[in-house]
Amino acid sequence: MTIQPLEGTSSPEQSRMAIDGLIQVASAWRVPLTVLALSVLPWVLPSKALAVNVLIYGTFAVGYNLLFGYTGLLSFGHAAFFGGGAYLTGMSIVHFGFNWLAALSAGIVGALLLSVVMGVLSIRTRGIYFSMVTLALAQLVYYTALQASSWTGGENGLRGFTVSKIDVAGLRIDFLNPLHKYYVVLVFTALALWLVSRVLNSSFGAVIEAIRENEGRARACGYDVERTKLLSFILSGGICGLAGGLSALHLAIVPLDTLHYHTSGLVVMMTLLGGMGSFFGPFVGALAFLVMEDVLSLWTAHWQLFVGAIFILFVLFLPKGIWGTIMGLGVR
Amino acid sequence: MKDKQSKSMSINRRQVVGGIGFGAAATLVGMPYIARAQSETIRIGFPTPLTGPFGAEARDQVKSAELAIKQFNEAGGLGGRKAELLVRDDKLNAGEAATRTLELIEKDKAHAIVGALSAAVQLAVNEVTRARNMLYISISQSDTINEVKDFSRYTFHEALNPHMTTAAVAKHTFKKGAKVAHLAADYAYGHEMLRGFKRAQASIGAESVGEILHPLGVPDYSTFLPRISAMKPDILCISNFGRDQANSIKQAAEFGMKQQMKIVVPVILHNQRLAVGSEVFEGVVGGANYYWGLEETIPSARSFNDAFRATNGGAIPTDYGAYGYTGVKSLLQAITAAGGTDVDKIVAALEGLKYDVAKGPQSYRKCDHQSVQSVLVLESKKKADMKNDLDLFRVAATEQSGEAMLRTCAELGFSG
Amino acid sequence: MDLQLIGMQLLSGAVLGAVLVMTALGFTIIFGMLGVVNFAHGALFMVGAYAGVMVAMQTGSFWFALLVAPIAVGAIGLLIERFLIRPLYSRPPDDPILLTFGLGYVLVEGVRIVFGNDGIPFSTPSALVGVVNLGIGYFPIYRLFVIGVVALILVLLWLGLEKTRFGLIVRAGARDPQIMRVLGVDMRRLWFLVFGLGIGLTALGGVLAAPMRNVSPEMGSIVLAEAFVVTVIGGLGSIAGAVVAGILVGLVVSMTSLFAPEMATISMFALMALVLLIRPQGLFGRASI
Repeated sequence: MTIQPLEGTSSPEQSRMAIDGLIQVASAWRVPLTVLALSVLPWVLPSKALAVNVLIYGTFAVGYNLLFGYTGLLSFGHAAFFGGGAYLTGMSIVHFGFNWLAALSAGIVGALLLSVVMGVLSIRTRGIYFSMVTLALAQLVYYTALQASSWTGGENGLRGFTVSKIDVAGLRIDFLNPLHKYYVVLVFTALALWLVSRVLNSSFGAVIEAIRENEGRARACGYDVERTKLLSFILSGGICGLAGGLSALHLAIVPLDTLHYHTSGLVVMMTLLGGMGSFFGPFVGALAFLVMEDVLSLWTAHWQLFVGAIFILFVLFLPKGIWGTIMGLGVR
Repeated sequence: MKDKQSKSMSINRRQVVGGIGFGAAATLVGMPYIARAQSETIRIGFPTPLTGPFGAEARDQVKSAELAIKQFNEAGGLGGRKAELLVRDDKLNAGEAATRTLELIEKDKAHAIVGALSAAVQLAVNEVTRARNMLYISISQSDTINEVKDFSRYTFHEALNPHMTTAAVAKHTFKKGAKVAHLAADYAYGHEMLRGFKRAQASIGAESVGEILHPLGVPDYSTFLPRISAMKPDILCISNFGRDQANSIKQAAEFGMKQQMKIVVPVILHNQRLAVGSEVFEGVVGGANYYWGLEETIPSARSFNDAFRATNGGAIPTDYGAYGYTGVKSLLQAITAAGGTDVDKIVAALEGLKYDVAKGPQSYRKCDHQSVQSVLVLESKKKADMKNDLDLFRVAATEQSGEAMLRTCAELGFSG
Repeated sequence: MDLQLIGMQLLSGAVLGAVLVMTALGFTIIFGMLGVVNFAHGALFMVGAYAGVMVAMQTGSFWFALLVAPIAVGAIGLLIERFLIRPLYSRPPDDPILLTFGLGYVLVEGVRIVFGNDGIPFSTPSALVGVVNLGIGYFPIYRLFVIGVVALILVLLWLGLEKTRFGLIVRAGARDPQIMRVLGVDMRRLWFLVFGLGIGLTALGGVLAAPMRNVSPEMGSIVLAEAFVVTVIGGLGSIAGAVVAGILVGLVVSMTSLFAPEMATISMFALMALVLLIRPQGLFGRASI
């Protein structure tokens, strides 16, 4: 992987002090700034349901990017964690009568356990083989969910767990109201962003980036590469599980498609579209992709033609993604 | 109970949103739009899979639904209130459909939802609408939607269900003592069709010689076919849908099985038959909700076909397309009878509605809101017998409308 | 369970294997030579089938279509390499994946715009219609013909790779492109031709599949998954591996179809997961890529 980190690095002879300083400040305050920007989303996007989806897929992409952009591992199996989190959240309510928060926690724990198993099995493989192993294991999860229809609803999807109101610290929030739902989900997105930001700023964050840049050197420096990769894999899986759980609460169904490899492909595309290896990039990618799909599909049934063409143009001409390109303009 | 909730809602919203920092402005903008003028347009949301393998069926559904809207508006609407169709692409994806339905309810303030083609999508839409007391007319085939677990007082099922189509097809193809083999897709809809066939076969006295469940979306059936041949059945029931049906019939024909046994399917589609060709489908028998050839015997079919031809350059309406017409038309009739868009009045009107808009008499059963209607049994013609390009099927039989062909309310879990 | 039936299962499994080899061949060659994971493989397979049907309908000859359609789609492959893939050779390996993924969308939607969503009918060529009694049961003549074509293609590929100068350069180039460049071989030209060949073979797979599978815009999506499985099991980039893996997968699917039919698809992925866990580079793969 030869992608350069986008934030904070700029060729010294070209950088202008003022803009650089501004970026430094913005970087330090990146989580509060992102949350602030996100809190106006329901007012600017075409619909509030779409805005909630942006939060969910943004969180999914940020979690995915921890592994892909920062650790340099291209997984094709993250649908398993997103879908696993969604199914366990839904099933905890349907089959065990958990309240929404306990169910969401169960979803995260389930995704973490799943990522431990998949991580242990896949982490020792390299390059394209890692991608293939994660894809194969995720397919097994998909078929398991399809077969275990008494638990998961099979192809019809999991239903019957609509959360219409939630109680937080004595407050009763109407969860059917799209705005209320948006801000509840935003709280969890903010927590996830904060966590990822903390991890990236810690020494662990430095190690995973070192592994991405040069695995051999990281190993020579005495880091336990396998263990670090595994931890990154699990953390990524947990955050994607959170996103999945939120999606279950948002839509009040878990479609089997959630576990389909298209979902894994989707998060790769969103991350690349926004710009991998940057903190905001994946969120920008999720936003851009979902809005593009929403607007185009209202306009033409052949929206996939445009989505495909946009990807081709991005790879050819804007390989750093939307956010990476904007950042590049800023420093230049 | 729901009403109480919405009263206590405004206080809570202020506290929650205020806490995040958007305070009064957010509260004002977010206030539900209460004032609804008498002249307001009747908005009908219509999620349908315009993208993907059933795009042609979806477009036919939209054309038919728009015809129903056009006729309603040309007749003066509801005392001057016009209707409008809000078409959304559900992409044959349940999550996408749920999001689009949320948008239709929350943003577009739809008065009712009609639509969906796949069973999973339909159940997703149903889940969203029933939590919000929103009227939904489903036009997708499924047995699950009839059962008490997924029942919503506000949902009506206009489409046929697997139980009805398999019963009708079996009644006209099975004979006492006939040997029947089954090839069914291993998912909810496939299981429902298989169950329907087996039930009909037991009551007719046909003998089952074996069943094979195949995974959804298999492109090659050659590894299942030798076992079916070895069962030596008189009739092979293929219980799958769309591309799976096309591939399995094409390969069964390739393996020469059509000479050995009769192939029957629960649902035969006009567009699929066109896509696969007459040679492969020749002699295959299947059920359908509508066929344009009905116009020879049924007056409402003739007027529907004529109106459809007039607005669509001479094209004829197809089976799944017709659901768009019967679904929207019956809804608009109920709205007219209810005299407005009050949801409880429309529900009462739909429950009491007797309608004949395209295929003879129909009505919604009280307990599960299933539309009681006729089922056609069609046989695919061989090329030499086709009078023109549209003359695809022979109507082998028509199972007349009647509650007897449905599962009983008690069996579905409804008490009394 | 009688022996005749098991014999038929083995036969149909082996034939399915041959079909799988054909669907994976172009994918494997392009990966092995160029290191490009072609996500548009399924879409190009589908384009091949449509091209075949079009040529056959225009000329009335399946045989002509079998020859012309792969060449035409192979030419499209050359254009794809020249204008879309070539700019990415110096980029990270993820970039061609993203690009071909987008290309797949464009091709599928393009076919939908031109030919409609539903697919088009296509029948077995009249000379190959019917079944033949093999003693253990009846088997379609067309499928036996497909085995013959696949065998012929494999022999030609083997001769081309092992017995010609071009093949020598291709094999050496796959092993170490840098050395080849030092030796003065124009790798770009080589990659250009190999990509075209791979796409042509993919399209041939599509034409061959048209009489067996319903020709529709989505017919490629499952083909991409099948090609993945076969290629990964065989070892990425190994033609011999793809042949062995294709037949192995065909037999496993066939036997699963007999004893637990609903598991037929999952068995394919389970086999892939198993091979990856025990021997990550695949049966015939080199240890490092």
